[in-house]
Amino acid sequence: MLQYDLVVVGGGPAGMAAALKAKECGVSKIVILERAETLGGILEQCIHTGFGLHYFGEELSGPEYAARFIELVKQTDIDVKVNTMVLSVSDDKVVTAVNTADGLLKIQAKAVVLAMGCRERPRGALQIAGTRASGIMTAGTAQKYVNIDGYMPGKKVVILGSGDIGLIMARRMTLEGAEVKVVCELMPFSGGLTRNIVQCLDDFGIPLRLSTTVIETHGKERLEGVTIAQVDDHLQPIPGTEEYIECDTLMLSVGLIPENELTKQAGIGLDRITNGAVVNEMRETDHKGIFACGNVLQVHDLVDYVTLESQIAGEGAARYILGQDSDEKVYINTKPENGVRYIVPQKVNIKSKEDVKLYFRVGAIYKNKKLTVEADGNVISSKKKVKLAPGEMENVVIPADVLASLNENSTITVRVED
Amino acid sequence: MKKVMNCIACPLGCLITVEYDGSEVLSVTGNTCKRGDAYARTEITNPVRSIHSTVKVNGGEHPVVPCKTSGPIPKGAIFDVMKEINKVTVDAPVSIGQVFIKDVCGTGVDIVATNNDCGK
Repeated sequence: MLQYDLVVVGGGPAGMAAALKAKECGVSKIVILERAETLGGILEQCIHTGFGLHYFGEELSGPEYAARFIELVKQTDIDVKVNTMVLSVSDDKVVTAVNTADGLLKIQAKAVVLAMGCRERPRGALQIAGTRASGIMTAGTAQKYVNIDGYMPGKKVVILGSGDIGLIMARRMTLEGAEVKVVCELMPFSGGLTRNIVQCLDDFGIPLRLSTTVIETHGKERLEGVTIAQVDDHLQPIPGTEEYIECDTLMLSVGLIPENELTKQAGIGLDRITNGAVVNEMRETDHKGIFACGNVLQVHDLVDYVTLESQIAGEGAARYILGQDSDEKVYINTKPENGVRYIVPQKVNIKSKEDVKLYFRVGAIYKNKKLTVEADGNVISSKKKVKLAPGEMENVVIPADVLASLNENSTITVRVED
Repeated sequence: MKKVMNCIACPLGCLITVEYDGSEVLSVTGNTCKRGDAYARTEITNPVRSIHSTVKVNGGEHPVVPCKTSGPIPKGAIFDVMKEINKVTVDAPVSIGQVFIKDVCGTGVDIVATNNDCGK
């Protein structure tokens, strides 16, 4: 069996940042296991810019952002195994993986960072009536066809879901000569960033239909059209509002699911809302020495935040491996309230010597509200917010001295209020 | 005249109000940074965008390699620039920053590679 101090599962932005941080903190033997042919993860196909504004202070494309980390990894002695599929992570941190060069691999790790990312919700999860004609795919699959494989998946496109990937693909297909007829969004608001609605739809006159969904697909071999309909407050199609739209391609951008099969298999506790692991402020799961970060923990909208989160996990893993985390720990829960859907981390060590940042999302669009953080009835902070939206992750800082004033029965709550 | 717009300079998407008279900008409010101010002014006088696409690559790891405009181009030139990008075929290896087209469509902006391709 191979022996490593740290095994990082996934070589996207999360895995690379965690591995690099652990290296910087003094961990000697590290390996990154990556399923794809190259490091970089989903960034490789995200050729639009907008990455790195926070972290590098400049606007990069996905491949450029990834390349900076790939270069840093190359400069270290971190081992990288690509084309390698991890099959399981056991309780005692034995990682089983397979590839064509090594065959079946068993690696005993002192610590593991889970950084598998997320995948798109597929058509099957939507229960749209109709045949299985070709031309129906997720927006991310279409993005790979166009940006990596270099071919166009269709000419007349309808997009369901106004998440960022859907919006980006609306522009990409338009630039390459396709006609994007409409973007339909089930909810009364878009889940994508405002800038993407402006520069991907408005710039090209592509209509965005809110509270509208696709209820049926038509065509036997190839998609010939879709029926769209408006939905009511309960998201149910309203009879009489059906409309037929001719198209050969339907792209779905209807949500991302953290890829937590390995996490579940290992018996690690998950958060029902994030679909990611329950973690403490170092992103350590309920299994000591197993950490999670990036989109496998919570779906992010900015890769910059993935990098920051993963550096925390990398540092946490390093402290665990190097035996630097023996100080007393007292964990309390963070609790989302009124309007806040979830908080990561779910647990915070009140003995932490550093400030702790809580990341969270709201469940609806709010205007001119306050974000209030409270512990045991005492307001820690209350910040005015002009706009809060589910598509944009928020964060608040809990200073270390505030944490030190709490006790084991305390709870930190975050809520939206007037 | 007054125009309300969402800033696209960064993912924050500030709601900016611009007061202007013809092509003269009188005031910019609602932005939280200098980039927002600059965006609002050019949006009124000469709206510009950056373009990202791919070009064909011979002997590459993948059939195409991504590229971008090295700076913003006038909004009206987007489809002309796309036509030029689609004419290009390059040979591997390709490295980030490599210029594929110099001064595309007379915009003063280059088309440059945004990924490395070491070749097969």
